[in-house]
Amino acid sequence: MTAATLSTVQLAPGQAAWRRFRRHRLALAGAVIILVLVLGSAFGPYLLPFDDTYIDIMKRFAPPLSGAHILGTDELGRDVLARLMMGGRVSLSIGIVAMVIAMAVGIAVGAFAGFYGGVVGAVLMRLVDAVLCFPTIFLLLALAALTEPGLVTTTVLIAATAWMAVARVVEAQVRSLREREFAVAALAFGSSNLRIMFRELVPNAIAPIVVAATLNVAKAILLESYVSYLGYGIQPPAASWGNMLNNAQIYLTSAPWLAIAPGLAITLAVTSFNFLGDGLRDALDPRMNIP
Amino acid sequence: MARYVVNRLAQAIMLLVIVSAIGFAILHLAPGGPLSQFAVSGQMTQEDLDRVTRQLGLDRPLPIQYLDWFGRMVRGDWGRSYRDGEAVLSVISSHLGATLELMATATVIAVLLGCWIGVLGALRRYSLFDTLATVGAMIALSIPTFWFGLVTIYVFSVKLGWLPAGNRQTIGDGSFLDLLHHLIAPAMVLALVETAMWGRFMRSSMLEVINQDYIRTARAKGMPEWRILTVHALRNALLPMITVAGLQFPTLLGGALVAETVFTWPGMGRLFLDSIGYRDYPVVMGILMFSATMVLIGSLLADILYAVVDPRIRVG
Repeated sequence: MTAATLSTVQLAPGQAAWRRFRRHRLALAGAVIILVLVLGSAFGPYLLPFDDTYIDIMKRFAPPLSGAHILGTDELGRDVLARLMMGGRVSLSIGIVAMVIAMAVGIAVGAFAGFYGGVVGAVLMRLVDAVLCFPTIFLLLALAALTEPGLVTTTVLIAATAWMAVARVVEAQVRSLREREFAVAALAFGSSNLRIMFRELVPNAIAPIVVAATLNVAKAILLESYVSYLGYGIQPPAASWGNMLNNAQIYLTSAPWLAIAPGLAITLAVTSFNFLGDGLRDALDPRMNIP
Repeated sequence: MARYVVNRLAQAIMLLVIVSAIGFAILHLAPGGPLSQFAVSGQMTQEDLDRVTRQLGLDRPLPIQYLDWFGRMVRGDWGRSYRDGEAVLSVISSHLGATLELMATATVIAVLLGCWIGVLGALRRYSLFDTLATVGAMIALSIPTFWFGLVTIYVFSVKLGWLPAGNRQTIGDGSFLDLLHHLIAPAMVLALVETAMWGRFMRSSMLEVINQDYIRTARAKGMPEWRILTVHALRNALLPMITVAGLQFPTLLGGALVAETVFTWPGMGRLFLDSIGYRDYPVVMGILMFSATMVLIGSLLADILYAVVDPRIRVG
């Protein structure tokens, strides 16, 4: 109901939503942290005197704050902060691009299933149910192990295991919106099915879609860290937050800082996106309920 | 009721067929193929490869291979491991105990702790405890499980020396206390995310219940508060948790894989990773199918159980 009013009376609900969002301090903090992480990863490497892949065997395992290396160096003497920033570029980009792909697939599947219903809808949604039966990590690893690991494959595979939840949300929304007056009116005016789906129905379901997108970024960053940690994601010497933890376990006793920095970065980014999603949910539609 | 169960069962079987088709397609349409491990070793000539391909039936059309494979799977013949020739089902079942032990322990911790946190949070909504629990749960859901495992090993094994850093038992030992000692850390790590989920769901379920009319009625007739909470509120708030248990199952399995890797726990998750490394397709496929089937059965049981305790569901 709020979704429908949103598009007709634009200003008032928008302002109300912004007011509700501002009150959600954790979501605001999340947004600020995300901004800092993005800017830090984007511009930070230019401010550092070290290259993220420069190997300096003489300076292996320098602890943090012990010299020029603020966060210390790793087992090959590479600067941890430089790797953290370059890794941030990779991990955050994967999170966002995977989300965009997952949203596109999920919205398309959900819109078609919800609009046409019947056999088409049933088949599409059973496919969604079936993919959801596989525990995400199992599915992702099986796929990742079978393909050439790299930036593009990792991103696409994460998207391939993350579109189902969106499809469910969109399907439910479209199915209920389809019967509403504005949709029937559009049909009466002779709009094509595709136009009704993507110009009338999907935009009216924008609130849950935005929330799902935000939570999806969090999930994608987390998944990247899992596959890369297990060795099937981003391959060294390129850094990602996940593959920086790849060797950390071996050196846990002698160089614990190698595990701490990337882990904190992942947790910080994922928590921020989750809080942001939570805040957006409260702001856009207080009664909306997707766990 | 019988009709509901039959209906639900038919749906589950249909899903199982789609699930198996997806799994089969993934593994056989991928580049590399089941024989790539031999091809790269350089020990086999093209002639040998062709012969093995024929022997394993990999030269037949994919749909035939699938039907053959599915038919044998239903009869309990899941093929043999490429690695040591052992039957896939027996390879899986020999690793299953360790995984179930880990999952069951983590679930018990998560249910007890999560429900307690959730109920308390709902009763004292917006209190300091509730706020801390809500924020804590969100952070817990955002921590990569493997990293939490590393931190746990660093703190409790490296620094404090209280817990072993991995494995299921000390070699040569294996007493109950030794097993328990090894179980604590991985179970704790696996329980973190689960506890957060249970806490969140329990809180919202409890909030929904305590605003219901019958709770107000109970209060109005002067029933003592503790009785209202335990007899009326808690019992009804716990019902939807059956569904949560079913929904949580895939996450729990995935978490177990990660926890097992970090703690070198000899379970199904580690077996899965090892098999991927060896390109042991029958085992990878078997575990993928096995875990999906477990998820399917889990959600089926949760649905039926929920219909048993809540008659409103059966009709819809």
